[in-house]
Amino acid sequence: MAAETLFEKIWRQHIVYQEAPDKAALIYIDRHYIHEVTSPQAFEGLRQAGRRVRRPDLTVAVMDHNVPTSDRSLPIQDEIARRQMEQLAINCREFEIPLFDLHHPDQGIVHIIGPEMGFTQPGMTIVCGDSHTSTHGAFGAWAFGIGTSEVEHVLATQTLWQSRPKTMEVRFVGRRPEGTTAKDMILALIRQIGVAGATGYVIEYTGEAVSQLSMEERMTLCNMSIEAGARAGMISPDETTIAYLASRPYTPKGAAFEEARQRWLALATDPGAEFDRVVEVDISQLAPMVTWGTNPEMSAPITERVPDPEDEPDPVRREMMKKALEYMDLKPGTPLSEIRIQRVFIGSCTNGRLEDLERAARIIQGRHVAPGVRAMAVPGSGRVKRAAEAQGLDRIFREAGFEWREPGCSMCLGMNEDILAPGERSASTSNRNFEGRQGRGGRTHLVSPEMAAAAAITGHLTDVRTLSSEVLS
Amino acid sequence: MKEFVRHTGLVAPLNRSNVDTDQIIPKQFLKRIERTGFGQFLFFDWRFDDDGRPRPDFILNQPPYNTATILLAGANFGCGSSREHAPWALADFGFRAIIAPSFADIFYNNCFENGLLPVILPEEAVSQLFQLAEEAPLTLTVDLEAQTVRDAHGRFSSPFTVNPERRQKLLKGLDSIGETLLHEDAIRAYEETHQLISLPSL
Repeated sequence: MAAETLFEKIWRQHIVYQEAPDKAALIYIDRHYIHEVTSPQAFEGLRQAGRRVRRPDLTVAVMDHNVPTSDRSLPIQDEIARRQMEQLAINCREFEIPLFDLHHPDQGIVHIIGPEMGFTQPGMTIVCGDSHTSTHGAFGAWAFGIGTSEVEHVLATQTLWQSRPKTMEVRFVGRRPEGTTAKDMILALIRQIGVAGATGYVIEYTGEAVSQLSMEERMTLCNMSIEAGARAGMISPDETTIAYLASRPYTPKGAAFEEARQRWLALATDPGAEFDRVVEVDISQLAPMVTWGTNPEMSAPITERVPDPEDEPDPVRREMMKKALEYMDLKPGTPLSEIRIQRVFIGSCTNGRLEDLERAARIIQGRHVAPGVRAMAVPGSGRVKRAAEAQGLDRIFREAGFEWREPGCSMCLGMNEDILAPGERSASTSNRNFEGRQGRGGRTHLVSPEMAAAAAITGHLTDVRTLSSEVLS
Repeated sequence: MKEFVRHTGLVAPLNRSNVDTDQIIPKQFLKRIERTGFGQFLFFDWRFDDDGRPRPDFILNQPPYNTATILLAGANFGCGSSREHAPWALADFGFRAIIAPSFADIFYNNCFENGLLPVILPEEAVSQLFQLAEEAPLTLTVDLEAQTVRDAHGRFSSPFTVNPERRQKLLKGLDSIGETLLHEDAIRAYEETHQLISLPSL
């Protein structure tokens, strides 16, 4: 058989029906994650048409988007959010779908609990009514976000019609410098190719620097594929993938695991397989990245200054930059490291995992949040929270002046009470710096957990490498 | 689903690129459990000031554009969040078609499920339309059957293409799930021959 990419193998293995090779294919969906915000209308559609859920056993529901991250024993203040959560519980009962509700000990962000429970496995097709479903691609799965009508379609048929996407290899070349992270790698890629740079493509990340990433870092990388417009982002399974999966509650065990291991490793892109497009990103000079604008391509190394729109030759881009700087209230030429912040958010499906919290804790240990800064750490799941607490990270965060909160999407999209006030500025480990994303009039600077921690300590965007050399060694 | 064959209507020009779905409908309006009623929140932060008053400089607050049914926009329209509330809000406001040089994938898919036609035209054609729309209110006919966009005065005409299966579904207003279930035998056969990993009830 001809050499195939990881994506091509998964595509081929999931075709239920295809009239001709150039036509859309009906693709089987192995795993369907649902949450409270993008599913109620889908269930209502099923009810109106008298349809059932075809495979509740392949479906998992989670409450994450608008859950409060404060004391869970208190009643939920937001009436409409409460109604949405109750509706999910009703729908899951009626259609017999397993649910991680607000009080389940392992509740958390859907893209964090799927992998950590072992629901996400290599070679799967995975969908969710959420664009950051690309996260699961870190395991060598084809995972992508869908709309609510498609959620309804998957609930009813366990399939989706898909036209075959093109494939793109994003090859990271060079050694990742000390003090930089997977977050900086993905921000550097998006800066290079733009927010629509991968539209229509499924990305596979390759290169020595990717092989060396932990699974949690790989999830950060794949998570933001959508911010480059990609239909998915993935990484070929290797021994790092296998080691992560071995200890998960719902992965096969014993002989079955050995059989799965062989199958999973065989999914990796074959030597000599060709991609429709190859993009190289040189990370040998990578520095910690921060966004200065209102979409994720508007970023720069922390060592640089706010760019000047007058230097931009393209008139459309110049206009966009002007609008962005006006919204962000930034002046061209200002050193990025002089931008003062009032809020810090460490969490989200991008950077709300144990390693993220560990790395941030190393920066803040023995220090204190700057006066006038409100900082929050929001673990991505119940499991992440318990593991962090077992190491005493909660104490480090609290003693440094951080709030240590309950799991959820929280300030990444501000659907609960965790929002920015108008004019407030945040250093945030989340994935989107769109206007108003974290609260109307709020201004977001996307950074890694280390950089968010450093900003919390100094009160302004800070090159974490200069904060103190000993804490990084 | 609502069918779409051809539509003639007023064009609202929104000359911005990378309009994300957070702008189309901000998160605080995603908590409804119905598919309807989102039009009042469309482009909320751009349409209304901090006190909830319409901003007079925003195009959809300016008559006659408040009754426009075709939206003209810049590249990569609908990027970001997968929220289908975005096409729901556009359709509920009264839009039947969106013309842009490119769309984000998930948003593009979502439009077809809601009888809202996303039309991709070349960059130059879109620039020409922005120019015409700036001179005077512009009325266009978007014809899915003929796959053309044209004005009544012969100043503008451009072909476009849509995936043939999607075009058929939209022309006839077919129910996607009903169409897929015609292949139920193939789905069952797939399930019988593949190892699927069921989850225990929690």
